[in-house]
Amino acid sequence: MREVVAECQRPVLLYSIGKDSSVLLRLAQKAFYPGKIPFPLLHVDTGYKFGEMIEFRDRYTAELGLKLIVHTNRPGAEDGANPFAWGTQRCCGALKTTSLLDALREGGFDAAMGGARRDEERSRAKERVFSFRDTRGQWDPRNQRPELWNLFNTRIHPGESLRVFPLSNWTELDVWQYIYAEKIPIVPLYFAKPRLMLARGDSLLPVEQPFVPRLPGEEPQMVMCRMRSLGCSPCTGAIRSDADTVPKIIEELISVRRSERQNRVIDHDQDGSMEIKKQEGYF
Amino acid sequence: MAAVASPVENSFDEFLALEQKKDLLRFTTAGSVDDGKSTLIGRLLYDSRSVYDDQLESVTKASAGRNAGTIDFSLLTDGLRAEREQGITIDVAYRYFSTPKRKFIIADTPGHEQYTRNMVTGASTAELAIVLVDARKGVLEQSRRHAYIAGLLGIEQLVIAINKMDLVGYDEAVFRQIETDFRKILARFPAIESYFVPVSALAGDNIVARSRNMPWFEGQSLLEHLETVPVGGRVRAAAFRFPVQRVVRPDQEFRGYAGTIASGTVRPGDRVVIWPSGRETTIARIVTFDGDLEKAEAGKSVTLTLAQEIDLSRGDVIASREEAPQKTHGVEATLVWLNEKPAEVGKRYRLKHAARQDWATLKQIDRRISVQTLDEEPGHALELNAIGQVTIETARAFVFDNYARNRATGSFILIDPATNATVAAGMISGAAKSSAIEPLAGISWRMENGTLILASEEGFTASEKSAEPLQIEDPEALEALRHLLRRLRVRPFNTDSSESDWEI
Repeated sequence: MREVVAECQRPVLLYSIGKDSSVLLRLAQKAFYPGKIPFPLLHVDTGYKFGEMIEFRDRYTAELGLKLIVHTNRPGAEDGANPFAWGTQRCCGALKTTSLLDALREGGFDAAMGGARRDEERSRAKERVFSFRDTRGQWDPRNQRPELWNLFNTRIHPGESLRVFPLSNWTELDVWQYIYAEKIPIVPLYFAKPRLMLARGDSLLPVEQPFVPRLPGEEPQMVMCRMRSLGCSPCTGAIRSDADTVPKIIEELISVRRSERQNRVIDHDQDGSMEIKKQEGYF
Repeated sequence: MAAVASPVENSFDEFLALEQKKDLLRFTTAGSVDDGKSTLIGRLLYDSRSVYDDQLESVTKASAGRNAGTIDFSLLTDGLRAEREQGITIDVAYRYFSTPKRKFIIADTPGHEQYTRNMVTGASTAELAIVLVDARKGVLEQSRRHAYIAGLLGIEQLVIAINKMDLVGYDEAVFRQIETDFRKILARFPAIESYFVPVSALAGDNIVARSRNMPWFEGQSLLEHLETVPVGGRVRAAAFRFPVQRVVRPDQEFRGYAGTIASGTVRPGDRVVIWPSGRETTIARIVTFDGDLEKAEAGKSVTLTLAQEIDLSRGDVIASREEAPQKTHGVEATLVWLNEKPAEVGKRYRLKHAARQDWATLKQIDRRISVQTLDEEPGHALELNAIGQVTIETARAFVFDNYARNRATGSFILIDPATNATVAAGMISGAAKSSAIEPLAGISWRMENGTLILASEEGFTASEKSAEPLQIEDPEALEALRHLLRRLRVRPFNTDSSESDWEI
């Protein structure tokens, strides 16, 4: 982060409200202490995030006295973009990818820091810490710069940009241990409590948005559950769990046999799908 | 669900304390396409329970098309679609796993000859390298290359995993012969500690547990070795180096220098020298978000404050007084060329070293080194994946250690200013012979409207304390003095001035 601030013109921190973003904020506080965090936060709001996430975002960033930019892709939302009407690929493309690229362009940001980790998904294992994007914001896996030692090449031409991932070498377990050790506030959705869900086999579907279609005779029911990762409510399944504290979550994590993105519908819409989304500019 | 009364909170703090005591081992793997390297890594991840069920399902699904039998472990590590289609890995992939004893980061690099670039990249952050040798094929040219690159990049520990032992009937004689052959290569690298282990990645022999198929082997399994081999000692024991990444000035009262300790240890009260200015001072405080520290070691990110107000900027190095770094405008270095566009002698590149960027000129390619034989080879060009010994000159004074002594302050990258591509990795072997003269301290110069103005902090004679700058207008005298100043490496008036100031 210090390297980004020293060598880039207009850096921004992409704030997704999730646990990794919370960790990033703590690291930023530490990196610039006793100075203040010298860049704004950007949240790309699809309009379909959980209500609890938005509430947490506004409260926590105000507490820390940070500058928050919220960007929503109005036309996409007004066109009636939603994952059931449009399919997940087209919906993500309009509400997340296009929206993010618009927001970066409007703000003139040349470096966007985010909380993505290499252990999250197979295509991310080869991602750089400083990942280069062309003038259209796109990622070419064949044209990335080799990263040697801790020497990061931050040079870009006008219009090009960098995505920077300070948590590249962290694992999900590292993140949770850090949250516990540092007592970092996170969205309550990560903790188990009874919530209204559509239960379909192993999948639990939140019913926050009215357009989530129901099967014949299907009624939402109260299920003891929690979110393992946070995205848009229609595409983020919950997991059955009674882990209502950070230690219990970590204990669950150690025994669990499924990866955290397993409940993210968008990773599985086609083989290699995260890779394709990234090439188009998805974070 | 059974209500198990588990004292979660109590046992958890113990668990966390143990977790936080775990150290981290970063290692890299080298082997050719058919050595079974991806299978070995997949096996390590699988057997250490670092693979989730849904990931396993997705690779079992994908395996069906390539008519593999059960689980294809190699698919756990082949990330990108293009690679899955071609069946080879083409870039460095990072993998994470942990055991009750240690955390691990694997830099998984393809071993094919044209990917020297990737192997160097993976090795640059690793403390240990695993070299895979196919038991049926024995030591090949590429084994030599892998050992050479490990040595070049300063890797402390080498593990030679002799794989596919199941295909040679778990024969001890095969293992011993390969060990003998490989030790001949290693004789050239006395600094490397080596460990030989016979394995079958596919069958799981000697990967996690010791194999019953090879009772003649009495050493540790691969994982046992990885869990217990000592690492990181060199960087902690090295002299204190702290490249300043950022000057922290939240208000008029506070002035601190933030960065990551590259090597050694620091305590308040330590006498240090600021480079390149060469001024000596004392560490006042080690400031962090969580309070001041009494001591901080290599790898720790801290903000240091100094006892005296000294003008320090990003890129300066705070170093221990006892063991000084070197300071010159020219260095000799080993370069690994990483780009399709070959090296150009005389060209100016951006050089990134520690926390600074500078202009640097590739003065000459002194010799080329064969990756196959490790000997000098004819030719003075450096193309993609070639290695050579070069001389580089920087615009501003360059503060460094030799790579063999200190990886963090002895390494640099070169960037092509036109394309911004990272074109070379450099490891410094010493000051360039022609530029080993120390700059004259306290004397600076600048050009103004054709007049050379010489200034001195102390004055030009002992009697005058703050002398007027000396002005020289006569063209011949000017030319002679300019030549002399350059030879003596007297720095320009403004130390931040770019190379163009040198060219006037």
